[in-house]
Amino acid sequence: MSGAEFLNIALPKGRLGEKVYAVFEKAGYPCPGVMDNSRKLVFENPDAGVRYFWVKPSDVAIYVERGAADLGAAGRDILLEYAPDVYELADLGLGVCRMAVAAPESFRDEPERTLRVATKFPNIARSYYADRGRDIDIIKLNGSIELAPVLGLSDVIMDIVETGTTLRENHLAVIDTVLPISARLVANKSSYRFKNREIRRLAAAVSDAITVAKAAATEAKA
Amino acid sequence: MKLEELSARLRALYAQYGYRPYKMSKFEEYELYAGNREFLLSDNIITFTDTDGKLMALKPDVTLSIIKNTDVDVRAGSTEKLFYSENVYRVPKGAEGFREIMQTGLECIGGVDSYCVAEVLLLAAESLRATGRQFVLDVGLPGLPAEIAAIITPDVEVQGQLLQCAAEKSLHGIDAIAAGLQAGPNAVNNAAVEALKTLSGLYGTPEETLAEAERAATGLGLESELTELKTVLAALADSPVKDSLRIDFSVAGGRNYYTGIAFKGYVEGVPERVLSGGGYDRLVARFIPGAKAIGFAVYLDTLELLMTPETAQDGDVLLVYDGAEAAAVLREVQRMTAAGLKVKAVRSAEADKYRGRYGKIIDAGSVPVFNGGDGQ
Repeated sequence: MSGAEFLNIALPKGRLGEKVYAVFEKAGYPCPGVMDNSRKLVFENPDAGVRYFWVKPSDVAIYVERGAADLGAAGRDILLEYAPDVYELADLGLGVCRMAVAAPESFRDEPERTLRVATKFPNIARSYYADRGRDIDIIKLNGSIELAPVLGLSDVIMDIVETGTTLRENHLAVIDTVLPISARLVANKSSYRFKNREIRRLAAAVSDAITVAKAAATEAKA
Repeated sequence: MKLEELSARLRALYAQYGYRPYKMSKFEEYELYAGNREFLLSDNIITFTDTDGKLMALKPDVTLSIIKNTDVDVRAGSTEKLFYSENVYRVPKGAEGFREIMQTGLECIGGVDSYCVAEVLLLAAESLRATGRQFVLDVGLPGLPAEIAAIITPDVEVQGQLLQCAAEKSLHGIDAIAAGLQAGPNAVNNAAVEALKTLSGLYGTPEETLAEAERAATGLGLESELTELKTVLAALADSPVKDSLRIDFSVAGGRNYYTGIAFKGYVEGVPERVLSGGGYDRLVARFIPGAKAIGFAVYLDTLELLMTPETAQDGDVLLVYDGAEAAAVLREVQRMTAAGLKVKAVRSAEADKYRGRYGKIIDAGSVPVFNGGDGQ
């Protein structure tokens, strides 16, 4: 369990995590060294009362659920797939993309046949097709999902689509959008109680920073 | 403190308030659970066929067994107060397989009134205090968010989604669903959406939160929903646990099980709830018409993280006896144990494994050496 004096925050490694940290920094929770390319795992700023650590994006929710982190930033895809017992305090509006079903351009759906679905997200796929009463065969893959229909391993794929470039390059097209995805600020339920003031203050500051950033982006567009 | 010690402390606490111990079998007929699945925490149940062909189950839950076997004369206004300490078998949320879960708790069944509810909340808070850690008991009314969700939309599926967002304190999630509804053909009650967001986001002491909850409920004509909660909190206002009570309307986690007041307990150092309870009138009415019920369970397994080992070491003396005569070694071990020491006699090949776990290592080289044979 986390120390009482710090808010422990799990950041997802990679581009999304860097963007998330930038929001936290703007919200008044900076930490020197976090963005340095070093082998250090944990970064602290006692003045701001925060301790950051980088973890694999799909592990953020586990760190938070189990209380190793009080807060974390996790994609909605991960939250829906693993359904961790955490609070979802804010939509960070970062890492915006969508979960979609894609198929070869020549695909023609035959409802009487079991649909073979390749995906990294079996629970989301199961729930999506169960709602539609469709019999499916889930093929759980850990990467290169686009390859599955190309090689005849599956009929369709369910995956995250950002720009659609990878799909197009593999002659695949989106046939259905399952849900919009973005990063969420999540909190451990016990930490929410024992560090309530600190967590709510941070969540409010982060929400304000997001609103300011959105307004600036809209203004720039105009 | 050890878990057994805590469990004993809790049992003594419940007995002090007139609760009677209730002991039950490890097994129940599967039919009991099959017919009441919506009230179980997990869908998975360990089953087996008994010698008479009946399909049996290892208890995944205690409450069902208790209410099935409890006889209360509701018309006479009587109330049965029981406590238990049992192991249950289920798959905890997110776990890979079945676990044996040690659970201690109590049930109050029959003519449950405001005093009974206040007493159960007091005992829940005192159970948390018994852990010796900082604690909070979150109290809420699952029915209130559910009624507001029903005002927002008649669609039961969307109501469920709204309540899920409320349980996750996802106010942006409620906004997103409301926006979807507003794009539809039916008018959406914006005051109800705001009220649901207010209740979901509320967290704090009764003084900090109740007035705001009341304003949100009153705007929708639901203020009477808060009456019992206010009565019970007023009853606890002078109790020693009053500073640890918090209002949280997301407390039931979207479950349909609880009626009236529901509550959850947390202790510092444990990342999940350690106690869960509330009223369950709908369930008890299936077995005892007209009865009301409230109870809670303390999940002792979650508290394992806090338990300190009895001693830092396994024992006092590690006696290394290579080549020594068995009778002499046994005499030495008995002499030490009679002096109150904890002794482990090992051969030197094993000694390294235990080094550091015993206060002292004694080489039994001084005792007469056994010459040859197998040491018998």
